[in-house]
Amino acid sequence: MPDSGHARLITLVRADRRLRAIPLTTEEEGVALAVGAWLGGERSVLLMQSSGAGNCINMLGMANECRVPLLALVTMRGQWGEFNPWQVPMSRATAPSLAAIGMVVQAVDRAGEVGESVAAAARLAFSTSRMIAVLISQRVVGAKEFK
Amino acid sequence: MKHNLPSLDRRRVAADILRQRGNALVVAGLGAPVWDTAAAGDHALNFYTWGGMGGAAMIGLGLALAQPARRVLVITGDGELLMGLGSLATIAVQRPRNLAVIVMDNERYGETGMQDTHTRFGVDLAGIAKAAGFRAAGTVYSAAELKSWIPRFHRHAGPLFCDIKVTTQAAPMVLPMREGPVLKNRFREALLGPSEASVPNS
Ligand SMILES: Cc1ncc(C[n+]2csc(CCOP(=O)(O)OP(=O)(O)O)c2C)c(N)n1
Ligand SMILES: [Mg+2]
Repeated sequence: MPDSGHARLITLVRADRRLRAIPLTTEEEGVALAVGAWLGGERSVLLMQSSGAGNCINMLGMANECRVPLLALVTMRGQWGEFNPWQVPMSRATAPSLAAIGMVVQAVDRAGEVGESVAAAARLAFSTSRMIAVLISQRVVGAKEFK
Repeated sequence: MKHNLPSLDRRRVAADILRQRGNALVVAGLGAPVWDTAAAGDHALNFYTWGGMGGAAMIGLGLALAQPARRVLVITGDGELLMGLGSLATIAVQRPRNLAVIVMDNERYGETGMQDTHTRFGVDLAGIAKAAGFRAAGTVYSAAELKSWIPRFHRHAGPLFCDIKVTTQAAPMVLPMREGPVLKNRFREALLGPSEASVPNS
């Protein structure tokens, strides 16, 4: 489920024949998709904006119970320099609610650290069969301009 | 709107479909569809969901894309499917040729006390699947119609969608194993081999 912070990544995925971009109608579809893909022997990465974290909670409970490795790259809104007040509540609930359902939550605040943080999170997820959310700060992706 | 009275017995439906499963991979939606699937015979390539309501069809999509040479059957309830209707659109966009989504439609939330679901009021799940872009979609009321669909589940190009109208008659519970890691590892071992069963090397 795209956020503007994922735009370039999605374009790169679409251009790479080894990868497949699967658009969703809601984020929890991606959690169930990841469970099926893992049962079938494939890895997946879930891309979402922080507003989508709450949509996933019960489905994440399934991935947690089944110890399905899950890597989510969550771009934060409602945080650093936000303009839209409606983004703030879910933004503030993102880390606690993902942690409450059993995800390991790792925040990244600097652009220079995103690459190595995602690589480390992927290793943790797929080597230890755990759910990891990398929260990429709005400071990294930039506040959206409404004009 | 055509609305015949459902007459099919869900246990017989599940048994008839799964008798010819071959090496198909089966995902069962939570509640009675799990009991139906288990009653037809436990199998390492059954993934029983005990939660994650609304996710069965998407688990099926993930499996179908990961294993394009295998048939994937999702057997779920009308309530479970209604919770993830958007997944029909997502599946249609991916067009997996090896996926069939089969709904045991008793027009009720059976598990929670037989409350009416939207299908009881005429919401046409097959029509929604067809409009989303499934290659074939239909509603089954009779044993004869089911008989014509079963070979399609196993052989025809998907994605296929079939809404099977079943009675509200409750069948005895047949409870399969329910520990997530055990179900997952058993499935992966049967499909991918022992080395992949638990944590693979990366
Ligand atoms: C997210 C969520 N909401 C509600 C429930 C409670 N619940 C469990 S099974 C079920 C009904 C399932 O109905 P259906 O899929 O039609 O299956 P049936 O028992 O009728 O065959 C409900 C509402 C749940 N487990 N999870
Ligand atoms: Mg039902």
